[in-house]
Amino acid sequence: MAIVEVNGLTKRFDAVEVLRGLSLTLDKGETLVIMGGSGSGKTVLLRHIAGLIRPDAGSIRVFGRNIEHLSEEALLPIRRRMGYVFQGAALFDSLPVYENVAYPLREHTSLREREIRERVVHFLSLVALGDEVLPLLPSELSGGMRKRVGIARALIGEPEMLLFDEPTAGLDPTNSKMVGELIMELRRGVCDTSIVVTHDLELTKTVADRVAVLMRGQFAAMGPMQDVMDTSNPAVQAFLSGEAR
Amino acid sequence: MDTYLRRTAMWYGGVGLLTARVFVNLALPPKYFRLVIREMETMGVRSLAVAMTAAVFTGMVFALQSAINMARFGAEAYVGPIVAMAIFRELGPVLTAILVGGKVASGIAAELGSMKVTEQIDALRTLGVNYVKRLIVPRLLAALVVFPVLTALADVVGVLGGMMIMYIERGADLHHYWTVTSYWVLPRDFLTGIGKSVFFGGIVTLIGCYNGLSTEGGTEGLGRATTATVVHVAVGVIVSDFFLTKLFLMMFW
Repeated sequence: MAIVEVNGLTKRFDAVEVLRGLSLTLDKGETLVIMGGSGSGKTVLLRHIAGLIRPDAGSIRVFGRNIEHLSEEALLPIRRRMGYVFQGAALFDSLPVYENVAYPLREHTSLREREIRERVVHFLSLVALGDEVLPLLPSELSGGMRKRVGIARALIGEPEMLLFDEPTAGLDPTNSKMVGELIMELRRGVCDTSIVVTHDLELTKTVADRVAVLMRGQFAAMGPMQDVMDTSNPAVQAFLSGEAR
Repeated sequence: MDTYLRRTAMWYGGVGLLTARVFVNLALPPKYFRLVIREMETMGVRSLAVAMTAAVFTGMVFALQSAINMARFGAEAYVGPIVAMAIFRELGPVLTAILVGGKVASGIAAELGSMKVTEQIDALRTLGVNYVKRLIVPRLLAALVVFPVLTALADVVGVLGGMMIMYIERGADLHHYWTVTSYWVLPRDFLTGIGKSVFFGGIVTLIGCYNGLSTEGGTEGLGRATTATVVHVAVGVIVSDFFLTKLFLMMFW
């Protein structure tokens, strides 16, 4: 069953056409990795799927509902079914880690403080963070820790789909590997469907069921990792081998 | 020129659309009322000193100028009502709106702008939170209460300042001053000013929120949005003051 169906998605910012008639589907239980160089439109595509940007043309169907014309208010219940992990984590900088992770629960549930605390501690433990980070402000965390808190906050609402925007950008190899393993671990129980936007080939090899390579606003290749690696498209080959100019 | 006109039209359109969205989302869940209280504290209590200082000195300087110049026409006895009417109808609401409004709106623009550039607003949206209800409506509701209250206080302090300076500088008889003032000044003089301050509170908050939410271009853009907000507030208050005055004169005169 398709959770996301994008058809003919086109988006222009001023004179620049960022996405040119893109189409993709994401099935339940699948991890799709969207690769592409900087400025190729990966994040713009992800933001369309979350309903953060409206397309100029084309349709976006999420959880069986067309979202391209929905108002901000109508989009809110759909967004609550997905978790979005931002490249820079986008933590609320005036709130400590505990309140950041608890935020969706405070907004959308009437759970008691004790239950909120239990869940916060549980989801932080899933991302390998202990109680000691609870009172810290985001500015007191390392980049890798911030990213993991962002993942915990996206997970605590128990979403049906996760959207990762460059989850390993700016991380050292150890933290990058840890994020890849975490995404794999999440698939085994917490949330089995995700779209990962990245330019990290190692991460892609670790987590991808299917890979789509985005170049100049269109998919230059799409399919299982091995098929994409074996593609005859010279531009994709150049990108994957790090020789694209 | 073309770009400037386009940008200006976009700005007015953007503020209009935001206003429409605020009206759609005006009903708040009970748990957000603590945000309204917090905003009232931020806007009101922290602006009290600046608003009152401005009011007392405005009342004093207006009384001083009026006394010296009205004495030329033998009309010094009417300084009391002139000072009170000017403060109630114009100086109280307009000065409070410009001073407190500039401070409040630039603060809002800076806070929302930094949330925008660090994707915290998008984070709220992806968590299924209605950011208009969460970030804008509580500020607007707080301003609709705080601005009239601050204006009423500024009115009182301004009139007292005028009275005090007339007593100290011109040796005015306080009882006579008060009797003449209360004879000529009508409740509508005070109420139209308070009515204006409600509108000013709304305009100021919406300008601050819109400029914050439309911030682009990182920290540099944030600086631009904050300083532009002070100018937009001052111009917005002065221009809308004319139209509100015209409207109130038509309605209540």
